[in-house]
Amino acid sequence: MTKQQANWSPYDNNGGSCVAIAGADYCVIAADTRMSTGYNILTREYSKICKLADKCVMASSGFQADVKALQKQLAARHLIYQHQHNKQMNCPAMAQLLSNTLYYKRFFPYYSFNVLGGLDNEGKGCVFTYDAVGSYEKVGYSSQGSGSTLIMPFLDNQLKSPSPLLLPVQDAVTPLVEAEAVNLVKTVFASASERDIYTGDKLEIVVVTADGIRREYMELRKD
Amino acid sequence: MKLDTSGLESAAPVWGAPSELVDGFSAAPSFEVPNTTDFDGFQKEAIQMVKPAKGTTTLAFIFKEGAMVAADSRASMGGYISSQSVKKIIEINPYMLGTMAGGAADCQFWHRNLGIKCRLHELANKRRISVTGASKLLANILYSYRGMGLSVGTMIAGWDETGPGLYYVDSEGGRLKGMRFSVGSGSPYAYGVLDNGYRYDMSVEEAAELARRAIYHATFRDGASGGVASVYYVGPNGWKKISGDDVGELHYKYYPVLPSTVEQEMVEAAAA
Repeated sequence: MTKQQANWSPYDNNGGSCVAIAGADYCVIAADTRMSTGYNILTREYSKICKLADKCVMASSGFQADVKALQKQLAARHLIYQHQHNKQMNCPAMAQLLSNTLYYKRFFPYYSFNVLGGLDNEGKGCVFTYDAVGSYEKVGYSSQGSGSTLIMPFLDNQLKSPSPLLLPVQDAVTPLVEAEAVNLVKTVFASASERDIYTGDKLEIVVVTADGIRREYMELRKD
Repeated sequence: MKLDTSGLESAAPVWGAPSELVDGFSAAPSFEVPNTTDFDGFQKEAIQMVKPAKGTTTLAFIFKEGAMVAADSRASMGGYISSQSVKKIIEINPYMLGTMAGGAADCQFWHRNLGIKCRLHELANKRRISVTGASKLLANILYSYRGMGLSVGTMIAGWDETGPGLYYVDSEGGRLKGMRFSVGSGSPYAYGVLDNGYRYDMSVEEAAELARRAIYHATFRDGASGGVASVYYVGPNGWKKISGDDVGELHYKYYPVLPSTVEQEMVEAAAA
């Protein structure tokens, strides 16, 4: 007699794409605002971007319930850090915290594909990209989510930065200025919306600079 | 005034049950485990969902002057290249290196954990930990998680009081001492080049070139390996990164394009 299998899975995929690009003195983080399940759209106006600290912003695609739980966890740990150290966490520290938080659920993972973006202590843009169980890497740009296989090759073509592993060491941040990077992000999402059914509706762009955090929106295809 | 330092305990999650540290043996940090009737089946599905980055070539060998460690930098998820710039050689401390093969998160987390344990050993015993000791710490932890789905195939290379040391440790709980190892999907190709060119009394430059060549040939034939070939040397003063070369450029360096003889050259036709 064949073993009875569970018909219920604790996971679901709500789709969507996220992108982050690091510049010399800014960081652009963007995500679409469509939340889907299967072939249905649950809402057109769901934000996948969360501000974790003053100069640190995370965008996550995947299973949004796990993403919400993860954001709450990080916010709580950040608050404890602020009480103990009397300052905000910087981006590289938050990156390590996110990695550990994801790995602690190694045997029941958060179904969350994250990109973390912000400014490091010297004010330079930095982007960290993650897999679902916490392996992470500092990069010059990254995309995650259902549209990432469409978006990444285009970013590689436009922004290909020398690998940080090369010796002598070469800088990873893009030479683009902030306005060019924002335009690139808009172009990339417009293209992804054409060919990925889970990406579309509206694009939310967050720009982190020394002056603070700025938010911008752009309409995308709603079909 | 009594300071509340409970928030500094890092082993268990904030709200979770504290993990007891008994007699100086640190218990493996306790992870939440899902409440299922079929743990193995669930883990198989969860791993499918996560699809840990696999496909790699790493190698390490000991020679007269010390140890040489080299790796590629490609991470692949199924057929998609998720990254060309993964750091597969992890700096555990200034005199010990670990290589990454298998699940990227597993390797990153447990190597960092090993670095912490090595530092605690130094503070408790006022001397550096040996490569034998460090590899045993890691092997014991991985053995305690045997069967839970961790995927780690790592080499611990370092320099201690007994000279250079090299151990292979994996997530099945295996731990082997040796002079030459290669791990990953590209390892058969790397072994071919490495075993052929290896001599115990090489100079540092010759050994670095052998390691670089072995990684290059593995990336040439194995689709899951590529990116940048990094080569590290571990000597009496600790490790030093010798080179990081894009394997595409190494190809043209080793096999330059020779201009071929042309019998008849085409002449530009005048515009019609």
